[in-house]
Amino acid sequence: MDLLRILTDSLRAAVGVSAAAYALAAAGLNVHFGYTGLLNFGHVAFMMMGAYGTAVTVDQGGPLWLGLLVGVAAAALLGLLLGIPTLRLRADYLAIVTIATAEILRLVARSHTAEPLTRGVFGIQQFADPFYALNPIPLGRYGFGSFNFSHRQLWVVLVGWAVVALVLLLLTALMRSPWGRVLRAIREDEDAARSLGKNVFAYKIQSLVLGGVIGSLAGVLLAVDTQAVNPDTFVSILTFYAYTVLILGGAGRILAPIVGALVFWFLLQLSDGLLRGAVEAGWLGSLIEASDVAAIRFALVGLGLVLLMALRPQGILGSRQELLTDER
Amino acid sequence: MNDEPRRRLAGIAPRPGAPKPDPILIVEGTSRAFGGLRAVDVEWLEVERGAITALIGPNGAGKTTLFNVLTGFDRADAGTWTFDGVPLRGRRAHQVARAGMIRTFQLTKALARLTVLENMLLAVPGQRGERFTGALARTWRGQESRNRRRAQLLLDRFGLSPMSGQFAGTLSGGQRKLLEMARSLMADPRLLMLDEPMAGVNPALRRSLLDHIEEIRNEGATVVFIEHDMDVVMGISDWVVVMAQGRVIAEGPPAVVGRDPVVIDAYLGRGAKADR
Repeated sequence: MDLLRILTDSLRAAVGVSAAAYALAAAGLNVHFGYTGLLNFGHVAFMMMGAYGTAVTVDQGGPLWLGLLVGVAAAALLGLLLGIPTLRLRADYLAIVTIATAEILRLVARSHTAEPLTRGVFGIQQFADPFYALNPIPLGRYGFGSFNFSHRQLWVVLVGWAVVALVLLLLTALMRSPWGRVLRAIREDEDAARSLGKNVFAYKIQSLVLGGVIGSLAGVLLAVDTQAVNPDTFVSILTFYAYTVLILGGAGRILAPIVGALVFWFLLQLSDGLLRGAVEAGWLGSLIEASDVAAIRFALVGLGLVLLMALRPQGILGSRQELLTDER
Repeated sequence: MNDEPRRRLAGIAPRPGAPKPDPILIVEGTSRAFGGLRAVDVEWLEVERGAITALIGPNGAGKTTLFNVLTGFDRADAGTWTFDGVPLRGRRAHQVARAGMIRTFQLTKALARLTVLENMLLAVPGQRGERFTGALARTWRGQESRNRRRAQLLLDRFGLSPMSGQFAGTLSGGQRKLLEMARSLMADPRLLMLDEPMAGVNPALRRSLLDHIEEIRNEGATVVFIEHDMDVVMGISDWVVVMAQGRVIAEGPPAVVGRDPVVIDAYLGRGAKADR
């Protein structure tokens, strides 16, 4: 078992495009769940809007930048459509409606009817060439030893984390402002916010749209990285990975998405590498086969999350005092 | 003690629906039923400007439901009510608050994971930084520091300034009552509706809450507060309104209402007069 190789692979995953995309997804969820207390269980639908908005627009002959705008606009529209009927109701209704909507959108995208636009189960490929044509990084591999990226990977990774940084800067400004204070007040007690003259419904809509738009950027990033969209990529489990990332980092903390994504992808790749190494070395006998590893590593991450909740329920960045402060 | 409002109300006939010289709130034919139960059924009620009005009545009399209806937290089945001449029926809770009618809750709603100071700042109306675009423009900073100074003054007055940086969730029950009252003052209320501000509060703190309520009136705001302990209201209120089974069954100066056999009946049941 090549431990160094496994470690560098894990590090690459921790700073890779997937980690950046999940950091973005979690940043969107942080606006919803961490700051406003909205239980959005269909975040993957926003990611899908971003990915499909981009891919379909290019596939229909539009430019890539327009695709990005279409994806973001579709996510904003979805936020409005989801929010207007549900946000006046109790919190659990939003959870039900969002998770159902995400599944419906996925099924629609893979349906025969939508094939002229989405190409159904085949999905759309090779729509992001203009993005790679912009790559200023000279051909080659960059890094130290086995920790390295191709110029193509490096370009996506850099752009991805730059977007994460910009989004978090924006969120820092927003959450420190009186606007962010109203969101947190709604999370604590929306009737109190109402009694002080705050239009709770309008703020919840704004929060849902803002977080959704950020989530759609995660979808765009994933789509551009793989140059492929397929309806079966956008399953509900993605929403819950994003929640895992957020809760690992500490909901309601600006930097939680970054820390959570780094840790999540590092651990996922590390357990994958270690398990595979152990299987190949024959240490596990017939207990685990190589084909089981992909599933078992998620079980391990789940176990890690359970331990975290038991030992440090506020997440890595959260404050214990804040957690213990109850409603009474 | 400022007994000007009391003198102004002295000549008024103590009967349900009595007209007042300068009412800030007029409630007309307002009712709210839950299933078959008429929780609120108020024919006419006027609240005098600049006075402290106590709304008393036994449990289940409909006091809180009336508050909920008037402040937009519940809807009325029928009726109209005007606040300073403006009809408020159909307005939503935040619109009622913006009109200048600010309420508190029986179960205190301190925003636990906001600091005491943030609780105060939240209440200020018309903040530029509370708009999405305004939040990014950063022009809210001047306004914010003015609000901060005002909040500090109020926190001083309510004895909460040592806690100003703490999460409100760490405060004791009594301190939360004080915070809620101080916070509602940050909203510049013309009419302050306090739902049982003295519930579950020790006698020393109760005295201090009563003093604060008098001070609020002396500064020109109108106060209506719900209480079901009659002794508490006697000293402080300029006018007392008694509800039972959704209706206003009596109103008048505290001394008069305290002797009213209808009120004693409502509180203690028929036949209790002899003990009182």
